[in-house]
Amino acid sequence: MSVIPADSASLPAAQGAPATKVRGYWGSVWNRLRYDYVTLFCLGLIIVIILLAVFAPWLSPMDPEKSSMANRLRPIGYKKYLLGTDEQGRDMVSRLLWGGRVSLMMGILPVVFATLVGGMFGVVAGYYGGKVNMVIMRTMDIFFAFPSVLLAVAIAGSLGGGIGNQMLTLTVVLIPPICRVAETATSQVRALDFVDAARASGASTISILFSHVLINVLSPVLVYSSTLVSISIILASGLSFLGLGVSPPTADWGLMLSTLRQSIYVQPIVTALPGIAILITSIAFNLVSDGLRQAMDVKA
Amino acid sequence: MNQIQTPDLTLAEPARAKAAPFVKVRDLKVKFVSREATVQAVNGVSFDLARGEVLCVIGESGSGKSVMMRSLLRLHPKKRSVIEGSMLVGDNEITTVSDKKMTELRGSTISMIFQEPMTALDPLYTIGDQIAETVMRHQKVDRDAGMKRALELLELVRVPSPERRLKAYPHELSGGLRQRAMIAVALSCNPSLLLADEPTTALDASVQIQVLVLLRKLQRELGMSMIFVTHDLGVAAQIADKVAVMYAGRMIEYGEARDVLVNPQHPYTKAMLASTVKDQHKGEALEAIAGTPPDLRALPPGCSFAPRCKFAVDACRAAMPEPVSDARGHYARCIGVESTGGALRFAAPKPELALAG
Amino acid sequence: MTLVTETAIDAAADPRDRGGPAQPMLIVENIKKYFPIRAGLLNRKVAEVKAVDDISFYVMKGETLGIVGESGCGKSTLARLLMYLIERDEGNLVLDGDLVGEKSGVPIDALRRSLQMVFQDSYSSLNPRLPIEQSIAYGPKVQGIKPKKAKEQAQDLLGKVGLRPNLFSQRYPHELSGGQKQRVNIARALALDPRLLILDEAVSALDKSVEAQVLNLLSELKEQLNLTYIFISHDLHVVQYISDRVLVMYLGQVVEIGPVDKLYSNPKHPYTQALLACRLSMDPDERVDAAPLAGDPPNPVNPPSGCRFHTRCPHAEDICMAKAPALGDVLKATPDQHLAACHMAQAGSGHSKAPATLAELFNI
Repeated sequence: MSVIPADSASLPAAQGAPATKVRGYWGSVWNRLRYDYVTLFCLGLIIVIILLAVFAPWLSPMDPEKSSMANRLRPIGYKKYLLGTDEQGRDMVSRLLWGGRVSLMMGILPVVFATLVGGMFGVVAGYYGGKVNMVIMRTMDIFFAFPSVLLAVAIAGSLGGGIGNQMLTLTVVLIPPICRVAETATSQVRALDFVDAARASGASTISILFSHVLINVLSPVLVYSSTLVSISIILASGLSFLGLGVSPPTADWGLMLSTLRQSIYVQPIVTALPGIAILITSIAFNLVSDGLRQAMDVKA
Repeated sequence: MNQIQTPDLTLAEPARAKAAPFVKVRDLKVKFVSREATVQAVNGVSFDLARGEVLCVIGESGSGKSVMMRSLLRLHPKKRSVIEGSMLVGDNEITTVSDKKMTELRGSTISMIFQEPMTALDPLYTIGDQIAETVMRHQKVDRDAGMKRALELLELVRVPSPERRLKAYPHELSGGLRQRAMIAVALSCNPSLLLADEPTTALDASVQIQVLVLLRKLQRELGMSMIFVTHDLGVAAQIADKVAVMYAGRMIEYGEARDVLVNPQHPYTKAMLASTVKDQHKGEALEAIAGTPPDLRALPPGCSFAPRCKFAVDACRAAMPEPVSDARGHYARCIGVESTGGALRFAAPKPELALAG
Repeated sequence: MTLVTETAIDAAADPRDRGGPAQPMLIVENIKKYFPIRAGLLNRKVAEVKAVDDISFYVMKGETLGIVGESGCGKSTLARLLMYLIERDEGNLVLDGDLVGEKSGVPIDALRRSLQMVFQDSYSSLNPRLPIEQSIAYGPKVQGIKPKKAKEQAQDLLGKVGLRPNLFSQRYPHELSGGQKQRVNIARALALDPRLLILDEAVSALDKSVEAQVLNLLSELKEQLNLTYIFISHDLHVVQYISDRVLVMYLGQVVEIGPVDKLYSNPKHPYTQALLACRLSMDPDERVDAAPLAGDPPNPVNPPSGCRFHTRCPHAEDICMAKAPALGDVLKATPDQHLAACHMAQAGSGHSKAPATLAELFNI
């Protein structure tokens, strides 16, 4: 043992029982999340919604695409139609379950792709700075010049409809904002002394990016991306609503809203159902990302 | 232990005889409550401050000095903080006045200057605008009168070429000028009490001394009371009339600046003075205080300094000692300190004796 | 070439030593760094910040060289130049007799193993997402040491800086106090077994009692590990305590350099004199009534002509505005020589307070 008067070693009594248990970063995030009941509730809600969508083929009581001319626009609770029927007499429960599959996929997958691509560009731009940054970020600015809905409509319009194209459209629309967040976070981390300390130890750029930069950029980017899920769902619904996304008769919340809107005076509540589904899902995602942001914000 | 007297604070304060103290804090406790822990930042602070007097509060980070001062302006988030005790500024009981009254007090009766002027000044407005705005809000005058007052104030804080600086934005000023501009904002409505939270810590030594000389001059000219928080004993020596040393949310020594800084009695004050680097011989180890300040989430019973104190005996860990005071109002909270012949004297407590008491 | 795995066993015969005891550990020759300020549509260079303007000095083996100066004087830029963290415009580094970065000399990678830095801000100097043990072990791993070995070394170093490994190695920076973080910083700098440590305001952000702990630790480590220090600080008390020699910087230039006792007892440059006068006494009876130095340090973008200090100097004369005083050849001077870049210190400079030249003395 050295003779240096140490913060701890000379004082076992004061240090014997640290007031907080030593936990890792994710441990402390979970510990904060654990008491955030709103976030936990919304997280549960999202899990339920995802499970419902995943198990739609087994859960839905009827074929979502089977129409019945006799039972058009029935109210909620009409006979075996728990939530009524749409303008072609299709069961709303089944259509909402099946539509959730498409809508959730449209909400989550483009965000995942955009986070990977946009995050990578952002980290590179933020770390290297200078000309590299200028080329990447000015390119992103071009996309930023258009309102996101307009951009989505323009891209989807030129690519044509279909699930694949819709997903591509959403990914392209979501890349610039994620890239910008990643770039800001990276350039902030880049300026911190521990990056210089790593450089001073002779580490290569790749090593520094992976060992020091990414883990610090991850949480702001993840939190931001999670807020985009709801935006992506709404954008996707919007595209379907305009006829630029999924084509009928496939069930999709946006498309359902679009086709049901003519019947708004006949069955207002049934008409509102897909909108309510979009609303609940996007609010749940937003609140979860809000809770995540608070839980991941480690200062002191 | 019956030689340990409880000081009568009202008697100990010589200013008491002349006039009632301007600031009267009694048994102030501040706790921050969160799901994970309760942080006991201030644990029973009492002091009086006369008009025109400067109290320097010295302490390390986490000693509760800033928290104590900020509670005088009620700056802590209501939801997460619990304030107990009483704080009287003039006739206003800070713990109970209405929010509206508090807003009125802030900036007019009580004003504050901060360590980092960039966070206290608004980057989007010129210095002149910011001072004029404060004046207009509190004194209900028009913009021209506000600007005139702003110019006066910049002259008061000795900003060179003040007309030009009125139109300057905070980022266009150097660190020293920014600090002066912030002092001007704080003084704009003639506060009776100026709170200063380490206002010179971020400055270079040459600029720090300029600001200290200026603050002392202004304080005297304007007859303000001032509470000045710092961790630097040298700064305290420059500006203080009274010095209070805080440790783990308590004032463990208090008195005239000369008494505390030249003739310290509490082992912590002594150790802090001894560990400050100043003319020690090279090659000679510094007398560092071992260990770290206590965790405010789990304070040990008894004297909070006991775990780091080389004189600590069992009695120290049993209960927090009451202050022992001399005739001049100098007091220390340590069982080793006695008041004899009108002055405090520290003698290392003997373990067996202390146990018997 | 030195291997990182080697450790100093005997201070007298350090196996890493190449040039012998008389060879300075590090020689800095005329190093220069101007930062361009760009503005306008075409991003044209409109001005330059002369952050480090032609600085030369050397550090002997086992010595502590203190560097003092106000904020903006270029101290930190100098530290980063020495660490090769920023590119220098001009100048050379000579490490134990070998030119750094040239074909025949020491590669930068080897410089990095010999030269390490302890940063000021203990908040940003440690990766908040890594347990401190990993922060310390990172450097050696990068240099090719097996992870398991690097981990053992890190634990060993934690013990050396006074943090019990079993209690601290898995902690994250936010779970440490300021003093503990600074100890980790020191451990990380030591992980590559350097010979020269650059300490950039390493104790400035600490509380006084903790500052004393860390200074004691630095003194002991220096003995144990046969280290050489460059200690950068604005605190003149601390620099006096820890340094053998002191270098005073003003606006990117060296204005005075000399052994600590000579420089503190007999400062020759008015700037050094003023800095020393700015030290605060801890006795309330010794209050200062007028600030020794007026104004803030000037902007390094357009430094004043002649002697850069003349705008704040009480002794400034015409010669000071016209002509920059020379410091003398620092690299040829012996370690106990005391040099100042001031006309008042140089005979025949034309300043009324300059010492008389021989010719004047004898009235020839």
